[in-house]
Amino acid sequence: MADLRELYQQVILDHYKNPRNYGRLESATQQVEGYNPLCGDHYTIFVDLDDATIRDISFDGSGCAISKASASVMSSSVKGKSREEAEEMFRKFRELMMGEGVSEEEAEKLGRLAAFLGVREHPSRIKCATLAWHALHTALTGEGEVASTE
Amino acid sequence: MSSMTVASGMKRQRSDYDIEAIRREFPILRETVHGKPLVYLDNAATTQKPQSVIDAIVHYYLHDNSNVHRGVHLLSERATADYEAARVKIQHFLNASSEKEIIFTRGCTEAINLVMYSWGRSHVGPGDEIVISAIEHHSNIVPWQMLCEEKGAVLRVIPVNEQGELVLDEYEKVLCERTRLVAISHVSNALGTINPIRTMIEMAHAHGAPVLIDGAQGVPHLKVDVQALDCDFYAFSGHKVYAPTGIGALYAKRRWLEAMPPFQGGGDMILSVTFGKTIYNEIPYKFEAGTPNISGAIGLGAALDYVSSIGLDAIAAWEHDLLAYATARLTELPEVKLIGTAAEKASVVSFVLDGIHPHDIGTIVDQEGVAIRTGHHCAQPVMRRYGLAATARCSLALYNTPEEIDALVRAIRRVLEVFG
Repeated sequence: MADLRELYQQVILDHYKNPRNYGRLESATQQVEGYNPLCGDHYTIFVDLDDATIRDISFDGSGCAISKASASVMSSSVKGKSREEAEEMFRKFRELMMGEGVSEEEAEKLGRLAAFLGVREHPSRIKCATLAWHALHTALTGEGEVASTE
Repeated sequence: MSSMTVASGMKRQRSDYDIEAIRREFPILRETVHGKPLVYLDNAATTQKPQSVIDAIVHYYLHDNSNVHRGVHLLSERATADYEAARVKIQHFLNASSEKEIIFTRGCTEAINLVMYSWGRSHVGPGDEIVISAIEHHSNIVPWQMLCEEKGAVLRVIPVNEQGELVLDEYEKVLCERTRLVAISHVSNALGTINPIRTMIEMAHAHGAPVLIDGAQGVPHLKVDVQALDCDFYAFSGHKVYAPTGIGALYAKRRWLEAMPPFQGGGDMILSVTFGKTIYNEIPYKFEAGTPNISGAIGLGAALDYVSSIGLDAIAAWEHDLLAYATARLTELPEVKLIGTAAEKASVVSFVLDGIHPHDIGTIVDQEGVAIRTGHHCAQPVMRRYGLAATARCSLALYNTPEEIDALVRAIRRVLEVFG
C-alpha cells in the first residue's frame, strides 16, 4: 500500500478534487491545448502573458487525477512568476520526472511539486504529470497552439 | 442469491470444465504482480499462452527451423509440412471449404489491410460506398477511410443504440446499389456486443454486397463457421486466441482470391520472374510474399488444437457464466456504470466510475495484481458515442475464475477508498 500512497498523495487528490485556477481566462493572451492521445487527457491552458511575467493563468479540460492535479499545481506555482522562473520550473519538473536522483534538499525546494515524485515509479503515467507543463512551455515559447509530450 | 453462491454454483454446474487443470497449462498465471497473484483480465488485448503453444514454438526452433517452400532438404520439408498443417488447422477451425482459402498474415489488422489493398483497390470506385459500424476497432475503420479517400468513395456508418447494439433498421436503410462492401466486427472489443452477423451478411448479400468480418474478438469466444455464415472475408489475430503475436489469418472465398491482385510482391508469391513478366503463384501463396512467420503459424496451429481440445462450446459456456457473474458483482457497486449492455455479449465488461479516470482505476487495481485495460480501446468513435474519453475494461478468457472477478471487485473498492 505504501506505493499507492506514494503515487496518490493527499496533495494530488486535493488538487484533483478541487483544481485551482480552473476555467477559462478571459484576459488570456495565449491559449494552448495539451492532448495525450494514449489516455485521452485533454486540457487547455490559458495564459495572460506580458513581456516579462505570467500575470494570470488558468486551465480547463479533463483527464486522470495525475494530469489534472499537475495542471492545478503547475498553475498555482507559476502564477505571477517571470517567464524565466516558469521555464526554470518546467525544466526542473521535467528532470524530476525523467527519474534522475533528487536529494532531500532539492526535493524540499520543489515544495508541492515533490508530490509527483511517486509518479516516476509508474513510467506509463509520467506523461500524465508532464502534460500541462508541456502546454505551458509551448505557450511561453509561442511555438504553437497544441503541445505534445513527445 | 448471494454472489458467493453464484460462484460456487457456477463451478458445480460446470464441473466437467476442469478449471484448475486448465490454469496449470498457462505458466504465466503463476506470476505475482506487486507481491500479489496475477489476475489477468486484459484478454481482449492479448491472451496468455498455454505450455503446448510455447512447446510447439520451442520445438520448431530446436529441431525444424528452416525456410518453407524452398529447400529439398529434410528440415525444410519438415518446416513446410508443419506450416501447411497449421493452415489446414485454421481451415478446419473456421470450417472453410479449402485450405487454399486461408492466408497467413501478421494479424487481424494486416488481414483487413490485405482486403483493402487487394480487393478494395480493384473493386471500389468513385461514388461507391463502404459500410462499417459505429462500434468498430480502428483497424476496421482506418483502412476503409484510406480506401475511400483514394477512390473518392463514401464511408457509411451503421449507428448503435444506448445498449451497444447495432440498429438493423438503419443498416437496412444504408444498404443500396452503391454498397460495395460491408465491414463489421463479430464481437465489439470495447463493448463486448455480439453482432448478429449472420442476419447482417444476408442483408448485405440481398443488395449484392460482400461482407468482411473482423473476427479478432469472435474466434476466441464463439464457434465460427464461415460456410454457414456465408461471409466473404473473415479476419482474425492469433495472439487473441492463445497463439503468439505477429501471426493471424484471413479467410476469403476462393472466387474472390482468384480475382484479386497480389497484396505484396516478393519471393514465394511467384511462379516465374523475368524482367519482362512475372507469373504469380496460385492461391493462397499469391498473397504470402516473403518468408512468413513460420514459428508463429505453427504456434497458431497448436493454439487452435488446444482450444479444440477443450471445445469452444464448453469455453463459451464457461465464459458466459463468468461474464454474468462479473456483470452482477460489478453492478453491486453503486459507483460502477457499465458501458455496453447488449443482450448478446461475449467476454467484455466495460465500465466507468463517476469522477475517477479509468487510468487511475488501472494503476490502482494493478497494485492489487489485477491487470485490466484502461483507455479508448482503439475505438475512439465508440467512446465519443457514449460521451467518454475512456473506460476501464475487464475482458475474460477460458482460464479466468469467479475468484478473480472477486479480486477485481476488491481492487475497485480500493480505488473508491483512495479517492473517497
